[in-house]
Amino acid sequence: MPEDILMEIKRDYVLSKLRDGERIDGRRLDEIRPIEIQTGLIAKAEGSALVKLGNTMVVAGVKMQPGEPFPDTPDQGIIITNAELVPLASPTFEPGPPDENAIELARVVDRGIRHSEAIDLSKLCIEEGEKVWIVFIDIWALDDDGNLMDASALAAIAALLNTTVPAERFELGDNFPLPVRDLPIAITSLVFEDKILVDPCRDELSIGKNTITITTDQNDNIVSIQKSGPFLLSEKVFDRLIDISIEKAREVRKLLRDV
Amino acid sequence: MEEIRLIVDGKRLDGRGFEELRPIKIEAGVLKRADGSCYLEMGKNKVVAAVYGPREVHPKHLEDPSMAIVRYRYSMAPFSVEDRKRPGPDRRSIEISKVSREALEPVIMKELFPRSAIDIFVEVLQADAGSRTACLNAASVALVDAGIPMRGMVTSVAVAKVDGVLVLDPMKEEDYYGEADIPFAFLIRNGKIESITLLQMDGRVTAEELRRALELAKKGAMQIYQLQRDAIMRKYIREEEVVE
Repeated sequence: MPEDILMEIKRDYVLSKLRDGERIDGRRLDEIRPIEIQTGLIAKAEGSALVKLGNTMVVAGVKMQPGEPFPDTPDQGIIITNAELVPLASPTFEPGPPDENAIELARVVDRGIRHSEAIDLSKLCIEEGEKVWIVFIDIWALDDDGNLMDASALAAIAALLNTTVPAERFELGDNFPLPVRDLPIAITSLVFEDKILVDPCRDELSIGKNTITITTDQNDNIVSIQKSGPFLLSEKVFDRLIDISIEKAREVRKLLRDV
Repeated sequence: MEEIRLIVDGKRLDGRGFEELRPIKIEAGVLKRADGSCYLEMGKNKVVAAVYGPREVHPKHLEDPSMAIVRYRYSMAPFSVEDRKRPGPDRRSIEISKVSREALEPVIMKELFPRSAIDIFVEVLQADAGSRTACLNAASVALVDAGIPMRGMVTSVAVAKVDGVLVLDPMKEEDYYGEADIPFAFLIRNGKIESITLLQMDGRVTAEELRRALELAKKGAMQIYQLQRDAIMRKYIREEEVVE
């Protein structure tokens, strides 16, 4: 209950600021929180990355192993993305199997990677129809201060960039870097009436968890969209969101390239 | 796999034009026990929707003292697809249930029914791409049939990009081999599209294509909206005649 009252106070504060076109942490409406990317921190994983997006913190780890391909794609590797909203990351997360939020998070991240064709899956075929590499991307939330989505998507692609295919361990020849050929970037915005708040922090989400995530590839194509939250989205706002997301993704992509 | 051509001589594999919907059949009030229901066919999709409520909330702790809670369960029958699907919710169904619920919630006047639940169940008996859109269309009709007060109608349709062109209401082959799939749902009030209530996308499109896809989806949605209206009118007008 105290949590509820606090939320209400925060809500009023966020709204009163927003009326003047301001955000509670002084950011511009389209300003993303500072990003920190650290890669290769988990030596036991084939690839890993820790991303801090303001106070939001996510670690992504990539593990790989040979396995059977899907019958309809006998010569393609497989991507499996999972996300866990573990209880240490927020007082509202509970132990247990992934709930709808964790599933949505994993699936949106997965779609960004899959449809930007970031991983060249044809290079992950070991023996057509028999054996291909399976890429397991596991997203572990550590601290949820809002917008786990973008932090997770960024951690996932950063971890993939850092991944070495462990061929030697499975006696399948020499290790080689995972063929990554695109950099999908997810940009999530909080929508409130006609206002768009890029990269909402947790306190801002007290005015409604109404977000849109747009993921773009390095050629500014849109590869994934997810409207999340019970709200009505006007066409006008949607139209602005497209351009904002493309522009913001370019900024983040530049940062990722520099790592 | 790139060999498969989805558009031949300006026509789609099933003979449709780019901006043409699949045949749609809607019938309201098909289930006796449910408070509201609807059977809907959209091409080869066959779905049934049922609405129960407003009713007591179980489990109790989910109750909201200020408004009704809305629950939506999208479920596929094991025999609805080529390879038998294991019954019960998988990750895809859970995600679809979430976004579909969120598409209906802002349209349902939840504030009128504090401490109660409105449960929407949709069962896919046969699936052929666009089952989430078919289910949402059926669910809106079922909600009206149940007499749940709403701000308008929710109407859903997808647009796909296949062989480089945008097509309305993709069928299975177009969804599977196409370059992008964009399901939309709209709030339609007083015969006008007011806003977007569901929006997802996967594949690859340019910003300009995305904007055109929205316009195409709106055209399709208006046609489906008419059919939803007709289905509701059909049911209630016939009952009026009996009284006379």
